[in-house]
Amino acid sequence: MNRDAHAHQFDTAEQQDAAARLGMWTFLLTEVLLFGGILTGYAIYRAEHGDAFTAGSARLDFWLGFINTAILIASSLTMALGVHAAEHRRHRLLMFFLAATMLLGAAFLGIKAIEYAHKIHERLLPGPLFAPAAPGARRLELFFSFYFALTGMHALHMLIGIAILAVLLVMVARRPDAPSIHRRIEVTGLYWHFVDIVWIFLFPLLYLLGPAGPAR
Amino acid sequence: MTGRLGYFACAAALLALLVATVAAARVDLGPLSTTVALAIAGVKAALVILYFMHVRRGPRLIWLYAAGGFLWLALLITLVWADVTTRAPNL
Repeated sequence: MNRDAHAHQFDTAEQQDAAARLGMWTFLLTEVLLFGGILTGYAIYRAEHGDAFTAGSARLDFWLGFINTAILIASSLTMALGVHAAEHRRHRLLMFFLAATMLLGAAFLGIKAIEYAHKIHERLLPGPLFAPAAPGARRLELFFSFYFALTGMHALHMLIGIAILAVLLVMVARRPDAPSIHRRIEVTGLYWHFVDIVWIFLFPLLYLLGPAGPAR
Repeated sequence: MTGRLGYFACAAALLALLVATVAAARVDLGPLSTTVALAIAGVKAALVILYFMHVRRGPRLIWLYAAGGFLWLALLITLVWADVTTRAPNL
């Protein structure tokens, strides 16, 4: 099999590449509306209960959110370099960048898990366990419902992304010259960068509401 | 600005904008603070889309797709927002 191999329903390998890219973009557009729906709800409730959102934001760990944003930016860089390596058929370099992206993704999820553990310990998980020592608890619960829904949905996407990267890493290790590998890597890269974009919006909307937030 | 150097420049710009968004949040801008935060996030998203996701050197169809996604998102938020803000209270 050579590089120009393509599935029989396509005329050329380039056409198949374009179709794969367009397919992933179509999926990502549905993802925009999935996260967009929750963010619309966030906008409406924040307009009504702005104080509770500011108070809730002040209870998040700003530095952990900041470090996680930097980690995700770094992971997008390693992913982009991985796609570049795949395009140039540099398999060992590609495997290195896939592993690096996975590690950074895992670091993000590890920090997220520490944050969740703190919040649950402080009884800030919405539901029957929610009982913070603070006034206006019901409205604070609203903020934390959005916090857990948005970051939880995002963390799920990260988990899926890491799983896909793990499968790709095994595929590259087994058959580095497979003609479809650069296409799979590129499409996975699109997904990974999209998940990064989601976090780029979540960080200021969840962590940076109170003027006191970053000062701590 | 393609190739590996471009990716490093893009990541550096993203980190700089991350610091900028934190700095902007420390200053009390009143009701403008959310607008500023979203504007910076928008620029960061545009950098990721154009450079990391290769839309800048991609075909027109992908441009249309990317723009279409945000058009639908804007429709979703604007129309729901118009409904919520124009309702009579305690109806």
